[in-house]
Amino acid sequence: MQVEATSRPPLLRSLVSSDSTQRLLAFAGLIILIIVFSLASPNFATQQNAVGILLATTINGILALGVTFVIITGGIDLSIGTVMTFSAVMTGVFITNWHWPLLIGVLGGLASGALAGLVNGIVIAKLKVPPFIATLGVLYVAKGLSLIFSDLHPIYFTDTPIFRTFAMGSVVGAVLPNVNIPNAVLVLFAAAIVASFILTRTILGRYTFALGSNEEATRLSGVNVDAWKIGIYTLCGLFAGLGGVVLAARLNSAQPALGQGYELDAIAAVVIGGTSLAGGEGTIIGTIIGAFVLSVLTNGLRILSVPQEWQTVVTGVIVILAVYLDIARRRAVR
Amino acid sequence: MNEILVAMSGIEKTFPGVHALTQCHFELRAGEVHALVGENGAGKSTMMKVLAGVYPKDAGSIVVQGKEVEINSPRAAQLNGISMIHQELNLMGHLTIAQNIFIGREPRAAFGFMLDEQLINENARRLLDTLHLKLDPRAKVAGLTIAKQQMVEIAKALSYNARVLIMDEPTAALTDTEINDLFNVIRRLREQGVGIVHISHRLEELKQISNRITVMRDGHFVDTVNTADVTLDQIISMMVGRTIFEATPELPEHPSEQIALEVRHLKRGQTIKDVSFVLRKGEILGFSGLVGAGRTEVARAIFGADRIDSGEIYVKGKQVQIGSPSDAVKQGIAYLSEDRKRYGLAIGMDVETNMVLATYLRFLGPLGWVKTNQTRTTAQTYVDKLSIKTPNLQRKAKNLSGGNQQKIVIGKWLTADTDILIFDEPTRGIDVGAKSEIYKLLNDLAAQGKAIIMISSELPEVLRMSHRIIVMCEGRITGELTSTEATQEKIMKYATQRSALVATDTDTAAV
Repeated sequence: MQVEATSRPPLLRSLVSSDSTQRLLAFAGLIILIIVFSLASPNFATQQNAVGILLATTINGILALGVTFVIITGGIDLSIGTVMTFSAVMTGVFITNWHWPLLIGVLGGLASGALAGLVNGIVIAKLKVPPFIATLGVLYVAKGLSLIFSDLHPIYFTDTPIFRTFAMGSVVGAVLPNVNIPNAVLVLFAAAIVASFILTRTILGRYTFALGSNEEATRLSGVNVDAWKIGIYTLCGLFAGLGGVVLAARLNSAQPALGQGYELDAIAAVVIGGTSLAGGEGTIIGTIIGAFVLSVLTNGLRILSVPQEWQTVVTGVIVILAVYLDIARRRAVR
Repeated sequence: MNEILVAMSGIEKTFPGVHALTQCHFELRAGEVHALVGENGAGKSTMMKVLAGVYPKDAGSIVVQGKEVEINSPRAAQLNGISMIHQELNLMGHLTIAQNIFIGREPRAAFGFMLDEQLINENARRLLDTLHLKLDPRAKVAGLTIAKQQMVEIAKALSYNARVLIMDEPTAALTDTEINDLFNVIRRLREQGVGIVHISHRLEELKQISNRITVMRDGHFVDTVNTADVTLDQIISMMVGRTIFEATPELPEHPSEQIALEVRHLKRGQTIKDVSFVLRKGEILGFSGLVGAGRTEVARAIFGADRIDSGEIYVKGKQVQIGSPSDAVKQGIAYLSEDRKRYGLAIGMDVETNMVLATYLRFLGPLGWVKTNQTRTTAQTYVDKLSIKTPNLQRKAKNLSGGNQQKIVIGKWLTADTDILIFDEPTRGIDVGAKSEIYKLLNDLAAQGKAIIMISSELPEVLRMSHRIIVMCEGRITGELTSTEATQEKIMKYATQRSALVATDTDTAAV
């Protein structure tokens, strides 16, 4: 008789495959970056700079939250950058050009983003266009519509000065006068908590993982895969809309030419945070860490007077490194 | 006798080009394990997929617990209490056991969109308890062994209150202890009155677990018998009972004694367990066995497509290191995959390009351009030689028939001047006429002194074509037969010889 052992060693497997590994790595990387920059320059570890980093993370962080869902399903959304711009422009159109009440205008801006996401979802789920192509198309459509609705000019929120405080006022500062953390940062963290809740506690979150893990099995289990997919892309669009509104408030204007390239920063943050491009695994906290890795890196290199072009090069290397680690981890499992 | 749960009769099913099921019958009673056996392609899985709502039937009736029903989706099957566990498990590896079991039917907490994780886990635990399974419902499925994943599938099936459980080759990937555990679960379900359909290639298992056996052959119903009333040999002869479909076998010329390829102690994980054999010049060596016996794995290992753990390969008496397919090609070894469309052909490109694809470097001019007149003459030569039916060389490969596609792949390797050709299921998906042309081609190649390995699941084909036949089962070579002594029954016997049996055989031989 012989003993057969077809089972893979479970301990090793769970160690290398648990999605917390990459997240821990990213977190350790973030801490190391902070320590290195603190030692390298006295200007890094200051309260003012910390607030600067927080503020610089908000837009990318919010976009990354939404696209985390899409990436966990095994899809991709390239349109979030220009959809963000589209939402910012529409917010400007609603509030400044059409004189809608502030709150309704903001909701309209959010809805514009969600609408773009809905279009992505329908094209992908119903027309079966691959996500890469579908969202690439919507990228251009949103970019064009932004220019059309804004008539090629920035829209300023001069009539509604209070709109700016939505992002740049400081509720925290009102309570703790020395800590002037802008509201935009609070929006990011609130959005992250909501996203985390949706991802881990709701049906939508469950099907996000199920789709990315095995779409066919999910379908055979009687889940309406198409409808949930559309919902997930719509949610991603909604987050892009929120990014657009916050950006508009922060700049006190809607800049129609901005936005393209933001999607890549957001995807980079998601990937650095340990969400697998192959789908099925990922976390919100990982994405937030990933977003901070990118902004700390940019900020620190700038303080060390590394030229802008080299900052970009370093960012690229970090992204490749993060994805390589993800792949190497996967290969170790197979 | 117990209540009849399912009665299928007069079932017909046709796929493009294949009449998969002809007037098939099947009956399942409550509290029985009903084994469904037959050769590869006999229609077992198709029959059960019709019952499980995966394929719609073309004609016939399905009566479930006395009522005639239309089963047109997996959902409809579930509603009729029928669940099927497919050979490829349908689980979501990143989710937990509990989440997998209740996917699509999650108990909801507040507001109708929030998950009640606690309740899911509790329900799952209760379900696992009834199956006497010690599994943590919160464990991720990807971390479980195949056997445990199968148990999760069973639990999932039962959570639909299934009274009919269909298992397609459930033991194929399990170890002996795992099989025992599975059988214990199956026996327990049987006592609870569940009807179980057990599709299996492993005949000796049937004696252990089944009450009745239905044999299918070539998409036809052969017979349903009580397990206690028959011997394994009787089942085997029912399985292979057809007369060989064509005229007399054209046995090729005798091979020379020159050894073209020798493989010694090839090992790779659980798929190849110490395989050694010799292939002579001018010989056609048949590799027989059931699906999953490890034949393709051996071919891929020799070809360098998969890494091996240990073993030696000798080409024409010289030991060689083959680390990649390009090494293999340099040694004159070609592998013609069973899946032409995926591995063998650039399906969207024309005949000429496909024909010279492996040898483009030979047709390059000094500055790197392709000498098209030479590629054209070469391609045309082989199109004529192999009598490939194509209107011209510019016809795209995908627009040709399966037989002609296969010939292009053969032509491709002939232009590459390979002496050792490994054919994996060379006639799969090819009509009968084209088949005999491929057979003739193989004979011609052998007569020219090429050494040929032919992997085939069709017994008549192996018997007709091979000088020698090697039979594999579970990664081992379980038998070798010469063309004169080989019969379908003998091959089938070796092909179903599981490791325990082999061990005993050799033990007694040693004594």
